Amino acid sequence: MEIDPVTLAILKGRFEQIADEMDATLFRSAFNPIIAEAHDASHGLYDAENGDTLVQGKSGLPIFVGVMAFAVKAVIRKAAAQGGVNEGDMWIFNDPYDGGTHLSDFRLVKPVFRDGNVFCYLASVGHWHDVGGNVPGNYNPAATECFQEGMLIPPVKLYDGGEFRQDVVDILSANSRQPLSLYGDLNGQINAMDLGEKRLNALLDEYGVPTAHDALAALKDRAATMMRAQISNLPSGTISAEDWLDNDGIDDVPLKIALDMTIDGDKMILDFTRSSPACRGPVNISRSTTIAACYVALKHVFGDVPANAGVLEPVEFRIDEDSLLSVKAPKPVGGYTETILRLIDVVFQAVAQVAPKSAMACAYGTINALSLAGHRANGARWVMFSFFGGGHGAHGTGDGLNHGNAPISTATIPPLEILESAYPIRFTKWALRPDSGGAGHYRGGLGAIYEISLLENEADVFLFGERGKVPPRGVVGGGDAATNRFYYEQSDGEHTPPMISKMVGIHLEHGQHVRLETPGGGGYGDALTRNPETVCSDVVQGYVSAEAARDDFGVVFTDAGTVEQAATTALRKERMA
Amino acid sequence: MSGTIVIGVDVGGTFTDVFVYNEATGQVETTKVPSTQGDQSKGFIEGIIRKVVDFGDIRTVVHGTTVGTNALLERKGARTGIITTEGFRDVLEMRRRDRPKTWGLRGEFEPVVARPDRVEVAERVLADGTVLQAVDPEEVKVQARALAEAGCEAACVFFINGYANAENERIAVEAVRSVWPTSYVTAATEILPEIREFERLSTATFNAYLQPVVSSYLDRLEQGLDANGFDGELLIVQSNGGVMGVRTAKDFPVRTALSGPAAGVIAGQAIAAAAGFENIVTCDMGGTSFDVSLVADGAAALAPQTAIDFGMVVRTPMIEITTIGAGGGSIASVDASGLLTVGPESAGSDPGPVCYGLGNTRPTVTDANLILGRINPDRPIGGKLDRLDVDAARAAIRTNVSDLLGLSEAEAAEAILRLANAKMAGAIRLVSIEKGHDPSKFTAMPFGGGGALHTGALIKEVGLGSALVPRFPGVTSALGCVVADMRHDRVQTVNRLLSDIDAAALGDDLQAVANVTQQVVTSSGTAFARIDRLFEFDMLYLGQTHTVAVAVDPSKDLTIKAIQAAFDSAYKATYGRLLDGIPVRVMNYRVTVIGRRPVFDMSVFAPTEGKPAEECRTGTRTVWADGAFHEAALYDRLSLAVGEHIVGPAILEQPDTTIFVDLGLAAIVDAFGNLVIRPEG
Repeated sequence: MEIDPVTLAILKGRFEQIADEMDATLFRSAFNPIIAEAHDASHGLYDAENGDTLVQGKSGLPIFVGVMAFAVKAVIRKAAAQGGVNEGDMWIFNDPYDGGTHLSDFRLVKPVFRDGNVFCYLASVGHWHDVGGNVPGNYNPAATECFQEGMLIPPVKLYDGGEFRQDVVDILSANSRQPLSLYGDLNGQINAMDLGEKRLNALLDEYGVPTAHDALAALKDRAATMMRAQISNLPSGTISAEDWLDNDGIDDVPLKIALDMTIDGDKMILDFTRSSPACRGPVNISRSTTIAACYVALKHVFGDVPANAGVLEPVEFRIDEDSLLSVKAPKPVGGYTETILRLIDVVFQAVAQVAPKSAMACAYGTINALSLAGHRANGARWVMFSFFGGGHGAHGTGDGLNHGNAPISTATIPPLEILESAYPIRFTKWALRPDSGGAGHYRGGLGAIYEISLLENEADVFLFGERGKVPPRGVVGGGDAATNRFYYEQSDGEHTPPMISKMVGIHLEHGQHVRLETPGGGGYGDALTRNPETVCSDVVQGYVSAEAARDDFGVVFTDAGTVEQAATTALRKERMA
Repeated sequence: MSGTIVIGVDVGGTFTDVFVYNEATGQVETTKVPSTQGDQSKGFIEGIIRKVVDFGDIRTVVHGTTVGTNALLERKGARTGIITTEGFRDVLEMRRRDRPKTWGLRGEFEPVVARPDRVEVAERVLADGTVLQAVDPEEVKVQARALAEAGCEAACVFFINGYANAENERIAVEAVRSVWPTSYVTAATEILPEIREFERLSTATFNAYLQPVVSSYLDRLEQGLDANGFDGELLIVQSNGGVMGVRTAKDFPVRTALSGPAAGVIAGQAIAAAAGFENIVTCDMGGTSFDVSLVADGAAALAPQTAIDFGMVVRTPMIEITTIGAGGGSIASVDASGLLTVGPESAGSDPGPVCYGLGNTRPTVTDANLILGRINPDRPIGGKLDRLDVDAARAAIRTNVSDLLGLSEAEAAEAILRLANAKMAGAIRLVSIEKGHDPSKFTAMPFGGGGALHTGALIKEVGLGSALVPRFPGVTSALGCVVADMRHDRVQTVNRLLSDIDAAALGDDLQAVANVTQQVVTSSGTAFARIDRLFEFDMLYLGQTHTVAVAVDPSKDLTIKAIQAAFDSAYKATYGRLLDGIPVRVMNYRVTVIGRRPVFDMSVFAPTEGKPAEECRTGTRTVWADGAFHEAALYDRLSLAVGEHIVGPAILEQPDTTIFVDLGLAAIVDAFGNLVIRPEG
């Protein structure tokens, strides 16, 4: 039935509010800072028949927006094999090959019944602090099988017809280094699901199932219509972009992500078949994760399209089976964040070639999962695990943001005072990194320098990063950003890991430090056209050194620090020639 | 101080509203004068002179100010220097590693203090309060002198972990004050001794940044008042809805960040309480935004922090005001998928709606109200224009909405209103239903010029019980100044496990802090009906990072068991389930001392020579509502007598607002001159 446009607009807001409120409930009650502070979680409503995304919260992790539908589909398949879902069932699992992402992300999926039928599914996903495996915090760059990354739980019932299954929770808890945190996060997710169901039922009481049903169908159609309109604005043809991962943590060989993007009227084909085959280390991803990452990239470019399955309707994917972008168990996938960041980078680079005005240069492109772990004097285990920030790419209307969060997330970084009060560490530096943004008519945002010193007697350090060898790219003639750097102190001084930005089991002693210097974002447009006074201001602020101003931007200064106009004009002319 | 007059002054963008209350006679007068841009103190004094002959008769002047808010929004504070711990000068600029919008990486951020003005000194305190490296006052002085020479007017000293031990910071602040050319020196822990470095620094920086601007403004006000023979007390409304002395306001100007809007909410609360309404939602509709606040059980909801703009975080208790982009100037359009949208893009008040004829051609909410007959084109609110252009509004809606959606002009205009109302309803739901309140127990209170056109629809959309339109919605904020209590909030981070706490000693600390705070309140010379002291802990399970507020009472013997029980009930109320066996931590304590002002008698607003509704009828106008045209009666609102009853559809006009009583609703004039609108029957 055709629904009137005003009721539709109103219901759209109501549905989104439900998902947003589920997000907020989990953020506030979660235990581990990756959810509570970094918002590494998401909630939404999914189709009763096929699990398609109907509505997603605005505050959850963007990458989950695309991937949660696959999780719900997995539950629907599993339930069908067991004779269907029942009222009061709630499923839990973390299988990355079926539901996307990596083992740290635990999903809850629950059918909401009306008049004996499933109206839709609610789902919650959150990144738990520790799910077993070889490395505390689960970013194990040395993993060659998923069994070294953590426990793998297929879809099982956490509630069976309304009955809570403590035995399932007991199994989960016994497999974590942080069982208390696990218990707290799980409770937060259950709280969010309870609340979502309550709110959804109130909405259905008010508007009735048929109207709500029609509204959801119409929203999906409109997302597809809008996406088609956006694609139609791009010139038809095929364009290509390639980018690289440093290595897989096992073999020090770069891995290619290649995109051939074809625009054909109102259809888009994203062809990744020229990308590298599956690798030994944990930077593989499943097909569902690849699709989700492209969804995130397209949403960044075409910000107005609604967050539901309709967005991908006019998009065709070509991904080779058993390539880096479509692996099956037990290939390790723990570092999926790095690969999807690179996928977003190639989409940005391809879009820049056909729609330079709406293009953004690459952001810093690595999550830099760093964990420090050890035991306190009283024997208690501690694990500090966090992700770090970097610069955003410059874009057609301005410089990139300094110290932003990753495109796949809206995570904020925990306050250093909270980290220092919770763990035996001390930050000795927390600063912007000069010269880390790519040069350009618009300059890339700056990355950061974080230096952490150990207060306990000893600890082990694990790092899973990227962009140590291939820097974040500029677009439309803009320069590349600085690469990622990591240093660790030993008795004989500072060292850099052989794989540059990945390493396990670094042993630190009291007073020794580690230091991360994260990449900035790529530049946009020719740096030699940037206003020399703006470059001068960048130098005064300390964002850009005088050397880089001369070498990268072609700007020469007087001894007083002002722009030397004639010399600048001459230098730029010479460079442009 | 011998006077009997209390004056409230609210300085807005266009008008300065003055509310004069003579405590001896119970008499009330109001006046409006144009605001004086550049120096608001001129219009301020001018407004009072209009109503008061002898300033010696004035006992108290209470002021809700937007000087601080505007300086933040327009980034017109003073050049400020930050002196901080070595290694951390970029904390302000790095924020919490966020971005302005989830989708599209196109954000930018410029901190109010430039990087060269943020300097570092060697010092370090650890999270447990241990001083790892003592600060050298001489090094601090060298840095401070350099900042002052570079042209900084204000200074902010901020050290990492200062909340755990402020000793280094205190020594450094003394050193800065000994060489700083002005008195504008802020210590971060004096503003906010609370864990979380960015939030503390951001708040303290804004304090320093505002101090020269707000202080000099208040100096001018005092001089202006004194020059006219004033020897009473000047009080300033804080963002938390309480007032503070002018001296405190000069020391803590960041507390005025939302002074103006807070006064309006306080007035709403007082008007509603007098009229017998404990639960209200105040709705302030302007040109670009719709501000909503919740008053539950007679108390306005407070938020612990707010962001003035992206990355501009102020963490002091503030009246919780939820703002959405739906105002009279919000633009309606049809997107690429054929979906109608309203706002957040806005035509503001200049060029404003199409009907203003100032150059905008895209239809707005006001244009929709106009063509549906709800606004009188010959009597525009605000007095800036002579008449509104109905034809232009009609054409804009036809081209931009009707033709694209296949609706008639009236249908399209109604759709715009329904969508705008739905957005406003969403904001009300956000502050009511989603916080667990039952909307049918709440009353909408519109103030500002536009809100009363929409309150009827909000009753229907959200299921609110009723609406209460104050007699003079236009001077609500100035009235709020007169009725606001005096209030001071203190916070201190504790950050210890409950089991490790000496509860009795902590209870003594709370009492001691409350005693000192109470002295600040009582030393002001204002008369209070009584003093209230509130105590709260921010508590959480070990491992969590977000806290719940737990009320405690240290006047009885404080025990660990009592604190645990209070936490359990607060946690259960918030999240539903307790987590047995997990230890509990006390993150902060909060102490609030409130000096309650004597209750203001709202019956002074009651119409004394009101007339029956029939005699106040000024005609009829054709309005479109619920899909059809109706003849709505027009009334002169201010002439209505107490108890008069009007059935919708009806339009009530007065100089500062227009009230639309929807179909199915009825309005009655209460004993205080308020209009109470309820579903009919």
